[in-house]
Amino acid sequence: MLTDEQIERYQRHIALKEVGGKGQQKLLNGRVLIIGAGGLGAPAALYLAAAGVGTIGLVDGDSVDLTNLQRQVIHFTPDIGKAKVVSAREKMAAINPGIKVNTYQEWVHADNIMGIIRGYDFVIDGTDNFAAKFLINDACVLAGIPYSHAGILRFDGQTITVRPGQSACYRCIFPSPPPKDAIPTCSQAGVIGVLPGVLGLIQATEAIKFLLGKGELLTGRMLIYNALQMSFDVVQIKKNPKCPLCGETPSIKELKDEVDAVTICDLEKR
Amino acid sequence: MNLTVNGKKTVIADKESLSISGLLGELDVSDPLYVTVELNGDILERINFDNIVVRDGDEIEFLYFMGGGRGQC
Repeated sequence: MLTDEQIERYQRHIALKEVGGKGQQKLLNGRVLIIGAGGLGAPAALYLAAAGVGTIGLVDGDSVDLTNLQRQVIHFTPDIGKAKVVSAREKMAAINPGIKVNTYQEWVHADNIMGIIRGYDFVIDGTDNFAAKFLINDACVLAGIPYSHAGILRFDGQTITVRPGQSACYRCIFPSPPPKDAIPTCSQAGVIGVLPGVLGLIQATEAIKFLLGKGELLTGRMLIYNALQMSFDVVQIKKNPKCPLCGETPSIKELKDEVDAVTICDLEKR
Repeated sequence: MNLTVNGKKTVIADKESLSISGLLGELDVSDPLYVTVELNGDILERINFDNIVVRDGDEIEFLYFMGGGRGQC
């Protein structure tokens, strides 16, 4: 049962026929894990907290620094030096004290990710490196937990939602990380600050739709966004029978870290 | 031949067919190691890029690796 305070707080949700009191209760009972409390995770965490998603997990081993503040809108200038998960939890609690925020001040790797994602209904990948992106995909597919992938680069973004076993996964598109030695060293990174805001909120929208059981998820199709052109393109993506993870004869049956995966900065040097 | 590449009509002059590798070269795709190619809805295996041929009317999507938001090295 919703309290009077909750009915008032979530009135704009409850007024929607697709949500109503029952849908709001589903959100309050929902459990969403956000891996990465950075550019993508910041807007997702703020809006999911505001929306009343009852349990939100945050995973990030990093601390806030000055270069984050151009886009990681959950962290404020006085937070510099503070653990990102702590900084983020403070803002989420201030927006909505009625939700629970679980923090994991660590990086995901093959040995710990299953223990972290277990028990969550939906996972948002807000990470910034291919090792983590492949690991999250593998863990979610093996554990059968739906998740939202997003990647951003300069003015471009892409996102797809994966329902394990039912729709294409990240490895259906990219079977393995790009070869590390194909691109030389790390360089100055660049991303327009509003870009992860757009993509992170699409990911949050997917989480909310999944919890509500309403609408069409971004499964089987990748949304490709370009901020300079202001274009949104959708590419249909079928499950790949040769996928090494969810194909007909999978070669990946347990988790391992992609130690040779290139960093994002390698790509940004292109 | 006329192709649809990333949703846009693309004319490849004076050729009736072309391998995927040839197409990547013809369109001057930078860093082909970072691109996945979808031909008429099917994701192609990289090892077949020299053998699989595109013809008039085919639809091709190039999908690029994209990373995350933190932007630190």
